[in-house]
Amino acid sequence: MGLDDIFTASVFASAIRLATPYIFAALGETFAQRSGVLNLGVDGIMLMGAFGGFYAVHLAQTAGVMAEPLGLLMGVLVALIVGGLMGLAMAFVSVTLKAKQGISGIGVYLFGLGLSELLFQQWVGTPKSVAGFPRISFPILTDIPILGEIFFHHNLLVYVAFALVPLSAFVLNRTTFGLMIRAVGQNPEAADAMGVSVARVRYATTTIGGMLAGLAGASLSIALINLFQQNLTAGQGFIAVALVYFGGWRPLAVAAGAMLFSFVNALQLQIKVIGADIPSEFAVMAPYVITIIALVFATKRQEQPTALTKPYERGE
Amino acid sequence: MNQAADTGLAARLNRLVDFAPVLIALLLALVVSSVLLVALNTDPLAAFGFMLEGAVGTENATAETLVKATPILFVGIGITIAFRGGMINIGGEGQMIAGALAGTTMALALGDARIPAEMAKTPGAFDLIIVTSALIAGFLAGALYGGLAGFLKAYFGVNEILSTIMLNQIAVQMMNFLLNGPLLDPAVAGFNNIPKTARLVTAAQLPRLSLPLGDPWIFARTRLHWGLVVAIVLAVVIYIFLWRTSLGYRIRAVGENERASSYAGINVKRQMMLSMFLAGGFAGLAGVVQVLGLQYRLQTDGSPAGFTAAAGFNGIVAALFGGLNPIGAIPASAFFGGLLVGAQKMQREIGVPASLITAVNGLIVVFVVSSEIFILQRSKRRVSLQETPTALGPTKATETGSDLPDSANEATAEEAS
Repeated sequence: MGLDDIFTASVFASAIRLATPYIFAALGETFAQRSGVLNLGVDGIMLMGAFGGFYAVHLAQTAGVMAEPLGLLMGVLVALIVGGLMGLAMAFVSVTLKAKQGISGIGVYLFGLGLSELLFQQWVGTPKSVAGFPRISFPILTDIPILGEIFFHHNLLVYVAFALVPLSAFVLNRTTFGLMIRAVGQNPEAADAMGVSVARVRYATTTIGGMLAGLAGASLSIALINLFQQNLTAGQGFIAVALVYFGGWRPLAVAAGAMLFSFVNALQLQIKVIGADIPSEFAVMAPYVITIIALVFATKRQEQPTALTKPYERGE
Repeated sequence: MNQAADTGLAARLNRLVDFAPVLIALLLALVVSSVLLVALNTDPLAAFGFMLEGAVGTENATAETLVKATPILFVGIGITIAFRGGMINIGGEGQMIAGALAGTTMALALGDARIPAEMAKTPGAFDLIIVTSALIAGFLAGALYGGLAGFLKAYFGVNEILSTIMLNQIAVQMMNFLLNGPLLDPAVAGFNNIPKTARLVTAAQLPRLSLPLGDPWIFARTRLHWGLVVAIVLAVVIYIFLWRTSLGYRIRAVGENERASSYAGINVKRQMMLSMFLAGGFAGLAGVVQVLGLQYRLQTDGSPAGFTAAAGFNGIVAALFGGLNPIGAIPASAFFGGLLVGAQKMQREIGVPASLITAVNGLIVVFVVSSEIFILQRSKRRVSLQETPTALGPTKATETGSDLPDSANEATAEEAS
């Protein structure tokens, strides 16, 4: 068994697929954190989005009321709404009620974890699969050897996630809204003095973050794994939060971190597949060890938004 | 912070009001879960009735509630120390596993060394040396695992929330590896795939606990064990430590205001590591006591909460619910133990999944931290009434028993480095 068996085209392709939920969730979290809100409930929101999306598609497909693409779009829509609502709740708790964000996020996580399982057991019962987003075959491009498999044979949500990366960077760095987000996260007093509503901006970013977390969950349940089960995300939302720190709150770097993490994960799966002589537990452990090491090096280097986790109080 | 304030009657009354967030949270959680139950076509009153019955309806139910409460209390004491010290420790799960692995290994090794094979199953045997060594090993392993996150925060500015979450996953995998390999029960090796260690000799087990009332004694036929007593005693010890010793004072000072503590000459980095070390130690105790007092072997189904039953998370909820006070954590843990046990009865009787409790726990956390704003406003009013604030500074919200230290909220990279 040589390196050829490990670094195959399919490993690169699956790294790209695995990165999808991380990119969605981490980009959303980047918006929230740039404006000063640390939402640690991402994993719980992902679970709710995953269940909401799955359940909508499941209903549409078992009842046969909707054509397939329409049912899938319904799933995405439900995931966005459910995620947005939970983001809104997080915003209410941390902006209006000024609750401690690290801990309230854990509460949101537990709530999402429990409720998604509760609803799943009540409404679905046993793990069932749905027909999720199909892989797209592009004319000519998909047939290119190696590159075709790596880049041009994924489902729609994968491409949406990657398209969101430059878009998020553009919004944050080149638009008025982005400027307001950064101002509110860096110096809320000054932003307030300039007439920017700190609360409104933070509500917006946290809700956007929630919607993207919901979409991240749906990308698992109706595009990548195509089923729902208890604790489907298994902590991926927390990794997404770590990736935001790792990427220094910049969308491109955050996405690069997501790619790196997913690549390690894909390698880990491949090593299991080819049955290398490494205990599988160590392979599963590796991405987490690498995340901690990455945080050690990343945190020293990066400047975090000054007002991160600090509720804004108008001086009197 | 000023100890003198604790003595006045007014301060005592204020302390009562400090539990307001907890009561508000409980009430709101009750309302929301009722709404949820109605939405699921269930009568909330019936559901709560079954929960109550399941939690304390019989002698055995009460014992099971206390059995469930024991690890939650251990973790909750540790979380209290960490949060008071400004460290948000989410690593209870991993620290429990670390403690259980070390404690079980110690108990197995000493059991082999000190107890002859023919005495391995003698009922009522108790070897203080084995049990104490196992508990200490469990404490130390959990403490080192928690302390690692404290070290990374103090010297590298790594957010402890994130590092402890990663360390949880790593601990689960490490346990799966060890239980499938080096620590696998030799008796079952090659036969089945349930990852578990050998069974502890009886001398290494914590004895069952019963109360000398009636005949037979209360709890004599239940699984209640001495771990509960150990936890309650330690809760009192930690209360004294935090509020009556200078080391405890320093931990709390760092939690209240990192920068001021550092100006006052307190070694902030050391206190950070110490509070995480102690927090991890208590979670480690939770893990080893589960093995020594209840399961008599370390086993898991391979899933993240396969061994811990999520006590590492529930301990956080109990700590918050107990007003971040180790004594308050005692009833809080019993309450959550009751919720968990009662929920199983509810699930059996009317089919509402017990995962409802996880969701309710989340709500309680959110509500407790959200309702602190009312305390904040109350103490602001108090300040504006007093025309001349003392040099010690106006009464701050962080003085109250229930809310969190200021710097618990700051994922500080710059200040720590």
